Amino acid sequence: MPSAQASVPVLPPLGSRAPDSTFKWAAFAAALVILALIALVGLELYYGARLAIAKYGIGFLVSSAWDPVSDQYGALPFIFGTLVSSLLALLIAVPLGVATALFLTELAPFRIRQPIIVIVEMLAAVPSVVFGLWGIFVLIPWLRDHLFVWLKHTLGFLPLFQGPIYGVSMLAGGIIVAIMILPIVTSISREILRSVPGLQREAAYALGATRWEVIRIAVLSYARRGLFGAAVLGLGRALGETMAVTMVIGNRPEISASLFAPGYTLASVIANEFTEATSDLYLNALFELGLVLFAVTILINVAAQLMLRSMGSGGVAKVH
Amino acid sequence: MIRILPRIELPISMKKPSLLALLFVACIAPASAQLLINGAGATFPAPIYTKWFDEYTKIDPTVRFNYQAIGSGGGQKQILAETVDFGASDGPMSDANLAKASRPIWHIPTVAGAVVVSYNLPGDPALKLDGATLAAIYLGKVTKWNDPAIAGQNPGVALPDQDILVVHRSDGSGTTFIFTDYLSKVSPEWKEGVGKGVSVSWPTGLGGKGNAGVAGQVKQSPGAIGYVEMAYAHQNRLPFADLKNTAGNYVKASISSVTAALATATIPDDFRFSMTNAPGEESYPISGATWILVYSEQKDHDKGQKLVQFLTWAYTDGERMAAALDYAPLPPAVEQRALDRVNSIKY
Repeated sequence: MPSAQASVPVLPPLGSRAPDSTFKWAAFAAALVILALIALVGLELYYGARLAIAKYGIGFLVSSAWDPVSDQYGALPFIFGTLVSSLLALLIAVPLGVATALFLTELAPFRIRQPIIVIVEMLAAVPSVVFGLWGIFVLIPWLRDHLFVWLKHTLGFLPLFQGPIYGVSMLAGGIIVAIMILPIVTSISREILRSVPGLQREAAYALGATRWEVIRIAVLSYARRGLFGAAVLGLGRALGETMAVTMVIGNRPEISASLFAPGYTLASVIANEFTEATSDLYLNALFELGLVLFAVTILINVAAQLMLRSMGSGGVAKVH
Repeated sequence: MIRILPRIELPISMKKPSLLALLFVACIAPASAQLLINGAGATFPAPIYTKWFDEYTKIDPTVRFNYQAIGSGGGQKQILAETVDFGASDGPMSDANLAKASRPIWHIPTVAGAVVVSYNLPGDPALKLDGATLAAIYLGKVTKWNDPAIAGQNPGVALPDQDILVVHRSDGSGTTFIFTDYLSKVSPEWKEGVGKGVSVSWPTGLGGKGNAGVAGQVKQSPGAIGYVEMAYAHQNRLPFADLKNTAGNYVKASISSVTAALATATIPDDFRFSMTNAPGEESYPISGATWILVYSEQKDHDKGQKLVQFLTWAYTDGERMAAALDYAPLPPAVEQRALDRVNSIKY
């Protein structure tokens, strides 16, 4: 106490709020810069796409034509491919990522946690093109000769698993993206699960819950908002993934019910065709694909925010 | 067309420059200033251009080059915007794009390359194909390897009863332009239904990214067929088919059969020509040239002069280096015409 009293005179006199307000404005400016950047990207894409927008209007979004020779452009197969491959990736990566995170936070012996974390995070450091090459030379032959044959044999009554098997396919694209978003989904899930208070677990154990029940009631239910957020961040990565996807997805602008059929994504077609596009309308159509990807990403994030809001504030109330 | 660029040597950075040393550098800098010539465009000729720049700067150290292999589309855009001193393109510019230029842009061919048709068949048999059959395969009309159209040209080759998996480039590419230009010439159906371009709407098949993507797909898939750049096929020892030319001979793609096609191709005065399906006994039919794009009147006298000096060297000594890098050099007559055009650039 005496020392605290002694320090009072050293404090700056009341009323000097300059550092406070400076910091406030600096932080505000930083936030504004991000908003301005997003707006600028949108505007720039719109400006680059204006010829195609004027020519096709809303029809661009529902047309399946993509023929640079006769200058006919439509985005539908690319939107379809982007959404389907990203959703496939989420379906694979989220259960795997959350399970890995649960294992690491709840079950794994302390000694092996760190090595597994390092290995998972190393996946994030592998360049996209390396995943693509691995996809072409290792994953695709294996999928074609084993997994796909098995899927066709056992689940072939579903339209999803019919048609000729080439190896390169929508499903291969989804699997590659799943591997690539696994590190981010796992790391974020792990942080979320670690932040679940120990009190939650202890309370559940005190009620006589088994380990599985503790994980289900006290941990997962408490963390579900955060885990949903991890999935959304993973989805964001998946939507924009370009290089590895284009190497394994078959690059065919087609809408097919079968996951064995080749597909194409918005990001891949831009990367593939931008460098050699010479006609104005062609370039504008590629810019419009960029604008569509931009809009899809924003829409999905907004939808995720709305879903998050409707989910309420997690399982705290239930455990009381 | 995509090739891997040789590594560019970075200058060794100065260690701890003293004030005196900096002053010294500042004094002599104007005297030893190098002229920087900027170029941008096609990736296909980038290795030979880089070689030329390396060799030429040894002869004339007062000039430096900066070439960005950003693709033919980018090369055409940059020369139109006058952000580079020369552009490079695997396909001639369209009339619409040329009309955007403030003053005439000239096309001058530098070297040529070929597109080969590779395949994955048991035992890697030598295969012969004509244009009509190739077009039918890429149209999805011929779907089996033992189709009479293929078997008829390949007596003695055991062709399997296997589906043909068509592979094409997914990225916009001069290779695709040459390939589809050829198919348009040999198949009216292809010309009507698909046409030619750096990217087209393919009736069938899978897309692979770059030469490596197509070759990888073909290597991995039994029964596959795909087209790649000749140099890539040579360097990676891929099997490729002999193609039937207009004289009725099945010709293997090689530097000499491409130069032969260049010699017989009809080349108009503006050099915007297509050499696919060229006449001549020894001409390989799927080949194409690559061009540099320059303004006929240079704005900057010094740069214009250096550019002309460099190009003059390129069309004499430079052309001799082409074959070692798997490019077909220009035949003497075309070389002379190109040289005349270079020497009429005003600066």
